[in-house]
Amino acid sequence: MAEPKVKYDRQLRIWGEQGQAALEKASICLLNCGSTGSETLKNLVLGGVGSITVVDGSKVEVGDLGNNFMVDESSVGQSKAEFVCAFLQELNDAVKAKFIEEHPVELIETNPSFFSQFTLVIATQLVEDSMVKLDRICREANIILIFARSYGLMGLVRISVKEHTVIESKPDHFLDDLRLNDPWPELQRFAETIDLNTTDAVAHKHTPYIIILVKVAEEWANTHDGKLPSTREEKKHFKDLIKSKMIMRDEENYREAMEASYKVFSPQGIGPNLQKIINDSCTEVDSNSSDFWVLVAALKEFIANEGGGETPLEGSIPDMTSSTELYINLQKTYQAKAEADFRDMEERVKNLLKKISRDPASISKANIKSFCKNARKIAVCRYRLVEDEFNSPAQPELQKYLIDEDHGTLQEANSLKVLPENTAAGLYILLRAADRFAANYNKFPGQFDGEMDEDISRLKTTVVGLLNDLGCNGSTLSEDLIKEMCRYGASELHAVAAFVGGVASQEVIKLITRQFIPMSGTFIFNGIDHKSQLLLL
Amino acid sequence: MKGRYKYSLSYLCCFLTGASILLKVEASRSTIRPQILLPLFVSPSRSSMADSASQSRSRDLDKLLLRSGNLVGPTFEPGTELRDALNEFVRVLVIGAGGLGCELLKDLAFSGFRNLEVIDMDRIEVTNLNRQFLFRLGDVGKPKAEVAAKRVMERVSGVDIKPHFCRIEDKPISFYNDFHIIVLGLDSVEARSYINSVACSFLEYDSDDNPREESIKPMVDGGTEGFKGHARIIMPGVTPCFECTIWLFPPQVKFPLCTLAETPRTAAHCIEYAHLIKWDEAHSGKTFDPDDPEHMQWVYSEAVKRAELFGIPGVTYSLTQGVVKNIIPAIASTNAIISAACALETLKVVSGCSKTLTNYLTYNGVEGLHTKVTEFVRDKDCLVCGPGVLIELETSVTLKKFIDLLEDHPKLLLTRVSVTYRGKNLYMQAPPVLEEMTRSNLDLPLFELVSKTPRDIVHVTGAAGKGDTKQSCSRKLRVVFKGMDVDMAGGA
Repeated sequence: MAEPKVKYDRQLRIWGEQGQAALEKASICLLNCGSTGSETLKNLVLGGVGSITVVDGSKVEVGDLGNNFMVDESSVGQSKAEFVCAFLQELNDAVKAKFIEEHPVELIETNPSFFSQFTLVIATQLVEDSMVKLDRICREANIILIFARSYGLMGLVRISVKEHTVIESKPDHFLDDLRLNDPWPELQRFAETIDLNTTDAVAHKHTPYIIILVKVAEEWANTHDGKLPSTREEKKHFKDLIKSKMIMRDEENYREAMEASYKVFSPQGIGPNLQKIINDSCTEVDSNSSDFWVLVAALKEFIANEGGGETPLEGSIPDMTSSTELYINLQKTYQAKAEADFRDMEERVKNLLKKISRDPASISKANIKSFCKNARKIAVCRYRLVEDEFNSPAQPELQKYLIDEDHGTLQEANSLKVLPENTAAGLYILLRAADRFAANYNKFPGQFDGEMDEDISRLKTTVVGLLNDLGCNGSTLSEDLIKEMCRYGASELHAVAAFVGGVASQEVIKLITRQFIPMSGTFIFNGIDHKSQLLLL
Repeated sequence: MKGRYKYSLSYLCCFLTGASILLKVEASRSTIRPQILLPLFVSPSRSSMADSASQSRSRDLDKLLLRSGNLVGPTFEPGTELRDALNEFVRVLVIGAGGLGCELLKDLAFSGFRNLEVIDMDRIEVTNLNRQFLFRLGDVGKPKAEVAAKRVMERVSGVDIKPHFCRIEDKPISFYNDFHIIVLGLDSVEARSYINSVACSFLEYDSDDNPREESIKPMVDGGTEGFKGHARIIMPGVTPCFECTIWLFPPQVKFPLCTLAETPRTAAHCIEYAHLIKWDEAHSGKTFDPDDPEHMQWVYSEAVKRAELFGIPGVTYSLTQGVVKNIIPAIASTNAIISAACALETLKVVSGCSKTLTNYLTYNGVEGLHTKVTEFVRDKDCLVCGPGVLIELETSVTLKKFIDLLEDHPKLLLTRVSVTYRGKNLYMQAPPVLEEMTRSNLDLPLFELVSKTPRDIVHVTGAAGKGDTKQSCSRKLRVVFKGMDVDMAGGA
């Protein structure tokens, strides 16, 4: 038996032991195990989710052999769920895999409480009507739901959950929390112990840029009414001032200081995203509030009081040219401030918990610490009910796509053979029209050979009707795109399924680990030229 | 990357070259069809395909390949002939049988391709199992290419996958010319660069310096890191080659040795000190092997000692491995996304069944979901995909002197050069048998060796670059002999 730590090494480096533990606790339900569903689940089983339940009532057909890796010739005519489940189990014996041979659509109708046992439900290849019903069920039971659909060269992925909060969003690029524009007393004192005009060349070129910037900023402020550089001109002069302190040309630390000088100019206080979160009404906490919102409420108080408009200090510094001693001491100065801020936060959290009649120790120190470290990067994602999006999509957004889409219908555009930039939005409308078509005619447009011309004109009528219902009177889509949709004939191409399944599984991992930020809106995969879009409807 | 690209290529460029592949297929069909039509390619289910579409294995793919559309390549001709051409004549090479390669083989096998080959020099490791879904615990230690090929053939009947368990440099250049398209699932800049130079070496230009369509060897390249990845189409001579946009892959940052030796500040500095400095001091002459757990353990414990000495936190065994082996985090879902995009583009480039990506897709799932298509442009002076570096020579210059010239040539800086002319080996560094056979050519004038052709293309392979950044490459040279360059010579 392989050491799980070794097997999962390449992913532990991304989401750590905590993320992995969350995955291993998760129980996931898959509805329909065609290639889209199978591929989604494959990626999660490999990563080691706790348990999976595959729900599909269909039998394996010969056609499935051409797009689903998890069935083979021996399985034709037998339960698809059973064979897919068996293959998935083969991929990772640490996962508890089971299957239920039942049609998801019927399950949705007859047994809504079935879904509340899961952490997350992945619903693949469902048509609009079933999506809406399942969404209501999962929203009611507070189960995370993710839809994935492949259709010809297009696809759709949509998350649905009332609220998803993230502490460890782990962005790639985020401004270091150095407070160079407003150093706290200990950092100032530390800077005072160092003389930039030292004649010791070795010491001079081993002064970390944090110290250089704090001192030069102070010097600047002293000659500019206590203000920091703000205009372009001033910023340039500030850099020149740093340069003038160099005593030799190869002083890497001064070069770094000039490059990092923007960290001095960056605005004080918190950013707009965080501002929006602390203004949220959920910060008025009560006994029903989640830990996250209790922490945010404490953060709000901290910022307004001892934080002086700032979050708790993160407490880490980037690597920079420096002597070991100065760097380590500087690191300790930042850590000490972070520790002090954490203690203040801890106090506030405890008091808040007392106030809402909860055990003051019910949020662990480790969680408070992690929250403090990530306070500037926390995120809240909320998703509309699918029904609301379908019935009343955000009008300005929809119009935005459709106005451009109208350009696509011009003869000129057709003759130029260019794709309108908003093809993906057009595909979204077409997918919905295809479902409406299917509800009316009991087949998808273009599903059968020999009925193409009729289906194209019927789909066109359906599109016009749908757009009217959505409040876009008189709009339509390009003939090319309508014909393209009919050409797809509800096919589930393996490569498209693998792409859509990949996207869905990546989002599932973000949702379960509560790390990184899941997508917002409705993702439309455009497999024609890959100009996919996230529609915020 | 801002400001480095312009939106100037039209879609058409890609589609035209896409069409060219099919033209080649059409051409080969009329000539070699009888030899290729082996029973292997005819499975029973396919023969009944026409009668009952729903009972067909290609039920879904047929919608795309048998039906006409308006958002397709200009020469797209839907029909069973097209499907059969994909099945029987198109040859696809997959480079790499790792995270991307496993997915690629599956995706291509389900995209109508039945003649696949895969090349990979690695053996299966336990750390592959979180994403390389074709491998099981019991496969650890076996060659990736062989196991991957076997597993896909077991499950997708009718597909033939030939594995090659070797380095990409071990194959003769001509091996790569045998494929209609090359799909890259690699994790190293060097390997991409090498394959790119090989594919570009097949490219020929006409007398107006326009690429000859039939000589274009398309590539589809994918890469991932964590939640991010890219997929791109390279049509040498038409879209930028890997080297045209090499700046997309910035060189890996290395720590200055003086930092490691004198002013360590981070855990990584302590680890690299143990790995790069202390190891050599303590083990005279014994090379460090990153795959030997004892070696890694030694580096780790030395790094811990050094970190304690300086009061630096954070040295762990896992970090030691990460730093020393330069481990790129990798997950199944991202590999699935990028491979699927590559396989889909391969299908579209070859069949023309849809418009294609022009020409670079990035995917980023770290903060929300961002995808972006960028149309990069070629570097007109590119050494690799351009018409070739011009070398002017006296007719008296010997092959030996010519090889020496390449070493000093500022654009080339080539060492260990082997030279071929129109498929003929003029001088080969290896293997020894060939070296011995071709050695006598060294003292002959190059002019004689190229049958006194006043100007022509000469291909050379060797190691490019300086110092320890050398890497294998193939270069195309436009050799012109002074005083002989008259109009009758025609184009290259």
